[in-house]
Amino acid sequence: MSGAAKREYKNGFVRWVEYRLPIFSAADAIVGRDYPSPKNLNYLWNLGSILGLALVIQIITGIFLAFYYIPTAEQAFNSVEHIMRNVNNGWLLRYVHANGASLFFAAVYIHMIRAHYYGSYKAPRELLWLIGLAIFALMMATAFMGYVLPWGQMSFWAATVITNLFTAIPLIGDSVTIWLWGGFSVDTPTLQRFYSLHYLFPFIIAGLVMMHIWALHTHGSSNPLGIEVKGPQDTIPFHPYYTAKDLVGFGVFLLILAFFVFYQPVYFSHPDQFKPADPLVTPPNIVPEWYFLPFYAILRSIPDKLLGVVGFVSSILVLFFLPYLDTSKVRSAKYRPVFRQFFFIFLADVVILGFVGANPPEGAWLVIGRLASAYYFIHFLVILPLVGWFERTKPLPESISTPVLGDAGGGAAKPEPAE
Amino acid sequence: MSTTQPDEKVTRRDFLYIATGGVTVVGAALAGWAIIDSMNPAANILALSTVEIDLSPVEEGQSLTVVWRGKPIFVRNRTAEEIAQAVAEDSDNMKDPQNDADRVQQPQWLVMIGICTHLGCIPLGQKFSDPKGEFGGWFCPCHGSHYDTSGRIRKGPAPTNLEIPEYAFLDDTRIKIG
Amino acid sequence: MKAARRLFAAAATAAALMLAGSAGWAAEKPREPESRDWSFSGMFGKYDRAELQRGYLVYKEVCAACHSVEQLAFRNLREIGFSEEEATAIASEFTVRDGPDDSGEYYDREALLSDHLPEPYENENEARAANNGAFPPDLSLIVRSRRGGPDFLYALLAGYEDPPDGLELADGMSYNPYFTGTQIAMPPPLFEDMVEYADGTAASVEQMSSDVAAFLYWAAVPELEDRNRLGLQVMIFLALLTVLFYFVKRRVWRDVH
Repeated sequence: MSGAAKREYKNGFVRWVEYRLPIFSAADAIVGRDYPSPKNLNYLWNLGSILGLALVIQIITGIFLAFYYIPTAEQAFNSVEHIMRNVNNGWLLRYVHANGASLFFAAVYIHMIRAHYYGSYKAPRELLWLIGLAIFALMMATAFMGYVLPWGQMSFWAATVITNLFTAIPLIGDSVTIWLWGGFSVDTPTLQRFYSLHYLFPFIIAGLVMMHIWALHTHGSSNPLGIEVKGPQDTIPFHPYYTAKDLVGFGVFLLILAFFVFYQPVYFSHPDQFKPADPLVTPPNIVPEWYFLPFYAILRSIPDKLLGVVGFVSSILVLFFLPYLDTSKVRSAKYRPVFRQFFFIFLADVVILGFVGANPPEGAWLVIGRLASAYYFIHFLVILPLVGWFERTKPLPESISTPVLGDAGGGAAKPEPAE
Repeated sequence: MSTTQPDEKVTRRDFLYIATGGVTVVGAALAGWAIIDSMNPAANILALSTVEIDLSPVEEGQSLTVVWRGKPIFVRNRTAEEIAQAVAEDSDNMKDPQNDADRVQQPQWLVMIGICTHLGCIPLGQKFSDPKGEFGGWFCPCHGSHYDTSGRIRKGPAPTNLEIPEYAFLDDTRIKIG
Repeated sequence: MKAARRLFAAAATAAALMLAGSAGWAAEKPREPESRDWSFSGMFGKYDRAELQRGYLVYKEVCAACHSVEQLAFRNLREIGFSEEEATAIASEFTVRDGPDDSGEYYDREALLSDHLPEPYENENEARAANNGAFPPDLSLIVRSRRGGPDFLYALLAGYEDPPDGLELADGMSYNPYFTGTQIAMPPPLFEDMVEYADGTAASVEQMSSDVAAFLYWAAVPELEDRNRLGLQVMIFLALLTVLFYFVKRRVWRDVH
């Protein structure tokens, strides 16, 4: 952000505005010529801007859906069908919104996994990670409440099961739950407060995104080598280099989104979601949306109500301590052979948890679910600190511009790896 | 970037940028239109765009108000005097000149959209007790527009006559609007 | 020793019980419906108007006695190839309740294009009372709300069989291997030549099942043709745009390394 305080703009109108409201130099500082970025960022660093795009898509389609959606138990389901059948392009808006949510989570998970692999959350970027997690938590709440709005069977029972988690709180649990419901079961009052909050939270997320970007710009992006930028020879301006690269990511993201919207629009949905909510009939196997499955698996693998909820909440809370649990001074897994192994085992564990969450908690699934849940916590609480202390890391390159040093792998020689 | 490039290269680069920018703008515009179009009337609203009216209970000198597309439709069974007055005044000086014969399909039945062409209020004159304005037709209380027995604007700020909807007589006592 | 033997016996009994239990479970597992080739499957799928019209006839003559399709209005029938006049004529065969009129009375009138298809029962309680306690579900979204969609629907309708030996059917239930639990409250609905197709197609049970499954697929997914058409355009556009972005990126990055 330094060194370019006095930028001269050629266009007269730009100069006129800039003199009164320095919005152009601000833009240059945030995503423009005055934001130097490491020159070796790979395509995994595209996810941040893709997430921004996803948020914008969700907000816009959501606003237009809200013109027609009616948040009452009697009319919610039919108003969604009205959108699908009668509103001009209503099916398009709704499918983009529903599938957009799924891809939003796919992108945020890749973004988080990237941060884990490259140790992006280590000093001085801990707060960047924590703000990101706050965004993630709000995203989960927003997505959950959004899933309730169509008032299908899965909506209703997801709302019932998740709000019932609060009854596990000792002493005040029941009162808290009744307060959440605004009644003695999930009904119109619940739906309406969920609707209101579902509309509100994305704007809080947008605010947090600004703080996220602010924190990011304070020390700049981390990079695949995990070493700090040593000087101007290591950086390139964000614009045009990363704006151009981000556009490629946008194109790919939109292609994937369009594929689902137009050709597999209910791929992420569930047949029971097409039955109107029936408070007297619970579907045989309630499953949340795929992006909650690993956490849901942890919840169900603990055979005690309170402890199950504690496990569920802890599985998210533990992520907040990641910058301190990952004790290694070296950031990137590229130079951490032991961590690298455990990283992939952890990924496999989360995938397994996903499958466990999708299946009824019986027989082998129950056993696998318990082992995988235990490993999830072991990874963070035991493996990460120990590996950080005892691992022999590979020698780090001197700088981004001269990454080859000693016996560092051939892959490190390329400033822009293929992946 | 580099200033030593041959012109041809610069041109080709510019073309790529302009083409990409153009395609992006077109795509964004189309997507934007798809989204904005969702605010236009939905298929179920359009399907309600016809309504049938039974005229038989409306006696001479009486009026009926029905709702079509959420708007009031004024149907008046005009008396012989009202018809005569409307025809006689055809040649008077009017803001929006129109012959009475052009405003009705059967002189007895005047069918109009009952919305003042000024700013959308609903003129008075459907009930016996309503003020009917200086020309014996309808009077808009919002800003004082006077309509005659043919629904033509004669005095006041309204720019045009009361609008005639599309309608057709199904038989002697039934009309279909829209 | 004795204890060990008793333990072993107990374990064997438990294992046998578990096996028996799982065997009993397996017997009730529904048969997988065969995947069929529909005119509307695939990225270029289109509806066969004649098939949908036959399907509507089957729905109207047979299914409508117990099942509603509450999301469909008569105006929608124009989308399956009926002209405005034909759709109006179909609607006018039905009466719907309207009102209140000027005197405050509710009255019956001919259905209009804007009306939804009438429902066979006033409410769920009446439906249950008339159907031995079972509720015939609304069919508007039946292909979406059942795993297997139209394949399942076809298999179910054409797949009634005599129950296997030893299976006691509950009162009023029929055996259908494709239904969850294999016992279904809906008696076999279709019999040969139950309807007379205007286009002369032979009304076999398979034909009617297939037609009505296609009709109900359309009822649940009316946007399919629009979606496929727009989808192709959008995908081609985005592919082009992404390629352009990629070349722009390559050009911008040309001198970095």
